[in-house]
Amino acid sequence: MALAEKIKKTLDGIRHQFPTEQALLIPALHEVQNEYGWVSIDNMKDIGEFLHLPLSKVREVASFYTMFKLEKQGQVDLQICTNISCWLNGADKLVACAKRKLHVENGETTKDGKFTLTQVECLASCGTAPALMLNEDYYENVDEALLEKIIDDATKDLAAGKVVGKSTRQEGMWL
Amino acid sequence: MMYNNEHFEPVITPNVSKPGCETIDFYIKNEDGYKALEKALKMKPAEVVDEVKKSNLRGRGGAGFPTGMKWSFMPPNPVDGQGNPKPKYLVCNADEGEPGTFKDRLIFTKTPHRMIEGMIIGGHAIGSNKGFIYVRGEWFKECRLMQKAIDDAYAKGFLGKNILGSGFNFDLVIYKGAGAYICGEETALLNSLEGKRGEPRLKPPFPAQVGAYGMPSCVNNVETFAAVPYILHKGWEKYAKMGTERSGGTRMIGVSGHVHKPGVYELPMNLSINEIIEIAGGVKGGKLKAVIPGGASAPMLKASECTVLTDYDSLAKAGTMAGSGGIIVMNDTVCIPEATYTLLKFYEHESCGQCSQCREGSHWLARMFKRILDGGGTQDDLDYIAKICGNMAGQTICAFADAVTGPALSSVRKFRSEFEELILRGGLKGINREESVSHKMGGAHV
Ligand SMILES: Cc1cc2nc3c(=O)[nH]c(=O)nc-3n(C[C@H](O)[C@H](O)[C@H](O)COP(=O)(O)O)c2cc1C
Ligand code: SF4
Repeated sequence: MALAEKIKKTLDGIRHQFPTEQALLIPALHEVQNEYGWVSIDNMKDIGEFLHLPLSKVREVASFYTMFKLEKQGQVDLQICTNISCWLNGADKLVACAKRKLHVENGETTKDGKFTLTQVECLASCGTAPALMLNEDYYENVDEALLEKIIDDATKDLAAGKVVGKSTRQEGMWL
Repeated sequence: MMYNNEHFEPVITPNVSKPGCETIDFYIKNEDGYKALEKALKMKPAEVVDEVKKSNLRGRGGAGFPTGMKWSFMPPNPVDGQGNPKPKYLVCNADEGEPGTFKDRLIFTKTPHRMIEGMIIGGHAIGSNKGFIYVRGEWFKECRLMQKAIDDAYAKGFLGKNILGSGFNFDLVIYKGAGAYICGEETALLNSLEGKRGEPRLKPPFPAQVGAYGMPSCVNNVETFAAVPYILHKGWEKYAKMGTERSGGTRMIGVSGHVHKPGVYELPMNLSINEIIEIAGGVKGGKLKAVIPGGASAPMLKASECTVLTDYDSLAKAGTMAGSGGIIVMNDTVCIPEATYTLLKFYEHESCGQCSQCREGSHWLARMFKRILDGGGTQDDLDYIAKICGNMAGQTICAFADAVTGPALSSVRKFRSEFEELILRGGLKGINREESVSHKMGGAHV
């Protein structure tokens, strides 16, 4: 297999912005993460081939950054901030609520493969704590009622075949 | 006038609550947008650096290094081994990840052109034709808003070739991280910008000699750049006057935790922590117990110490730091050992693992705090914590290890009786508290 054509196209489109080819590695990993929801060894090989980097280089970078998932994830990554300001404002209740509702522990994926529950570190939303991310989208000042609604809405949207939590994504742009 | 400072006026946030404030048209029409650039481009680079020096602007990323001085460290005409000129890069640090800090995100979403203008002026000042904005990976929307702002600036001729007919060229490119706090450290950021693991580099060489892609580079924080247009447009005197003797201007202070009106406030530096808490609506849910005054890495202050002023020097004198301007307020319902543990767990996860003191130290500190919370702690642990911290601070490649010791040491020193009570009574259960967040985390970066 090779890297998907549209990913190659996106990367070729930004090549001129950077002095080295390796600079494209993090963008490439982001694109793969977005496309497949995780980064497999095969993906890494494809990236390495396209960017002329050995697998070891791709792997050492992929494994360094928490946003690149090296195992299969749920379709929706529900990431609740539990760092200090969110913690002081009741992030613990949100985590408990999400666990109850999804029947998973932190870091686990629901049996139907729809949701992964993740605890994340400070999202720079301390003034609107507690905060969470649903895939790419931020939600702030979240309480349990809102969290339940977020999960219910996401469940409905997934069932209707819609993309969830990527409301500002633009096709062909790696950012 | 307001805040007992007759010279004060908001430098960065005068209009951030108005609709449309993030657009280029608003910036040009209502905020004299890009006027400072016009002026700067008519000046010699050294003159621009001089204005910034005289303004007493200090870096807002955490270390508080004088910005004009940093700019003057950039070599004027660097050449490679063959005598060919080397490019220089200007880098904006938008990795904002210090717990309790959320000011740069406000600038990104509400007044991005101020930062862009500051960067173009910075590029002219240090003789760079290319800037990179390194943004933390979680900011999907923020990145896209910033890209739109950059596109608009290109369309109006403020970016690109021959800017405003001056002959100066400047391009601006966004690069996105992928979830690693340590990439906020400037040399880790440079590695990440090159598509590598975000591991801090040994200094020297400093970025001004060997920075991004091996070229001379200058890294500044978002807020630092956003202050530059004002300095050029209104003059350095005005900016310098607002601040203290050794630090000009205003600060963007993020107040969070147990206050009624959390948020980012642009304030003069002659306010005490207590006054700032009042501005943020006062303490909620109980009485004031402790404050972290400059992002999670800053040593804690007890309520009785909160009369201290919030300029760099006063906070340093009080044994803590102004850091990144994030003030975290804790009321008297908070168990300090537990609060500190939430931070240590974060540091344990975020250590890049290059230095054994930091990798092992942050791990052991987190484990020891957990043990105390779980009821397995001993009195000796408290001394041992201090010992571990002593082996970490100042012993490593980057200042991350020092940052870890900030909360760890200060909490034990200032709230020792709480730790002793937990040890005596068998942990959180003994004082009738439940552990509030299950503390299982993902793997570390190593
Ligand atoms: C562990 C660590 C994390 C840091 N995180 C940030 C950050 O998120 N944002 C930032 O601007 N500076 C951060 N810094 C400071 C940078 O290394 C650097 O000093 C700063 O970007 C310089 O910009 P300034 O001179 O404008 O402050 C961090 C430093 C350390 C040691
Ligand atoms: S001090 Fe910690 S974070 Fe900094 S380089 Fe060493 S191991 Fe990495």
